[in-house]
Amino acid sequence: MWQELRTRWYPLGLEVVTVALDVEASEARPFIEQAHAAHPSLIDEAHLTVELFGFLNVPNGVWIDEDGMIVRPSEPAHPGRNPVTESFRTIDLSTVPPDIADVLREARKIKSDPDVYVTMIDDWIAHGRESRYALTPDEVIARSEPRTGAEATAAAEFELGQYLHRAGDHAAAIPHWRQAHRLHPDNWTYKRQAWNFEDPMRQGHTDAYDGSWYEDIKRIGAENYYREIIP
Amino acid sequence: MIVQRLDRPPEELERRTGWEVEPEGACRGDVCVPLGSPFDLRDLAGRLGMELVHDERHGLWALGPESGGRALHSAQLPEILLPDRNGEDFALRSSRGTKVFMIAWASW
Repeated sequence: MWQELRTRWYPLGLEVVTVALDVEASEARPFIEQAHAAHPSLIDEAHLTVELFGFLNVPNGVWIDEDGMIVRPSEPAHPGRNPVTESFRTIDLSTVPPDIADVLREARKIKSDPDVYVTMIDDWIAHGRESRYALTPDEVIARSEPRTGAEATAAAEFELGQYLHRAGDHAAAIPHWRQAHRLHPDNWTYKRQAWNFEDPMRQGHTDAYDGSWYEDIKRIGAENYYREIIP
Repeated sequence: MIVQRLDRPPEELERRTGWEVEPEGACRGDVCVPLGSPFDLRDLAGRLGMELVHDERHGLWALGPESGGRALHSAQLPEILLPDRNGEDFALRSSRGTKVFMIAWASW
C-alpha cells in the first residue's frame, strides 16, 4: 500500500519511511521483502519511536518537512483503503470459530476514514508550509501525546522487557510488559506486541497478561480504537 | 535506555534525550540543570523528571523519557538511527531536503 503511494509521491518531493514496531526483526522482514519497498524500511525492535514520537497504535504517522521540522505529530495514519481490514467486513462469520467471529465483530466497528489522511498528505505535498494541515512548532508540541509519570515509566518498563526478551529470557520480559500495560493502557503497541508472543492468532487472553485484544477493545469501545484525526 | 551502571552517564543519553552531562550539570541547548557529585543516574533522573526502573535479578535499569509534559519537547526531528531490513543503520536526518512521511506499522 505504502509502496504504491510512494511511487506517486516520491517524484513530487515526498519520501515515505516505514518503521516496523517489531521486537523480533525477523517477523517484520518477510512483509518488507514482499512489498518490494523502494523506500527506507526500518525496524524498531526497542520501540524507540514510540517513546520519541508517542505512537500509540499502528498505523500511526508523523510528517517531517525539508528542514527536519515535524509538522504533524503522531496520529492515526490510514493509507487509503486497506485490503486486510476491508476483508474483515466480507467474511461470513458463521464460517469461523465463535471467538474469531467475536473479534471480527469488534474489528468491523473500528472507525477510520481511509481517504482523509491521504488527501491531507496530497495537500501538504502541493502547498508545503502553506498547507492548512502543516502545523506550527507550538501546535506540533501541544498536539503530541501527553507524557505523565506513569506513561514515562511504561516506556522504561517496555524497553526493559524487550531487552530481556531479545537477550533470550522471554519469561523475564513478561512482568515488565504487564507493568507497561497497566501504566499506559492506551498504548496498543505495548499490548499487541506482548499478546502476540503468547497468542499470535487471536491476541487472546492468556495467563501472562490481564487483558487481550478482544477484552480491551470491548472495554474502550471499538469506535475509540483510533482517535479521531483533527485536521 | 538500558543501563548497567548508575555511576556514569549512559552513552546513549544525548542521542536519546538531547541532554548532555557537562561540568555545570545536565545541559540541553541553553538550559543546564545542576547535578549532585559524584554522578548518580538516580539523581539525574530525579532532577530531569525521568523515570528509572530496575530489574534486580538481571542487574539492569531502564531510564525512561521525561515526564510532566508532552511526548515532543521540540518540533525539531530528534536524531534517530534505526536499522533497515538489511541491518544497515539509517539516520532519519539524512532525508533532509525532502519531505518525509514516517509511518509506524507492525507485523502483529
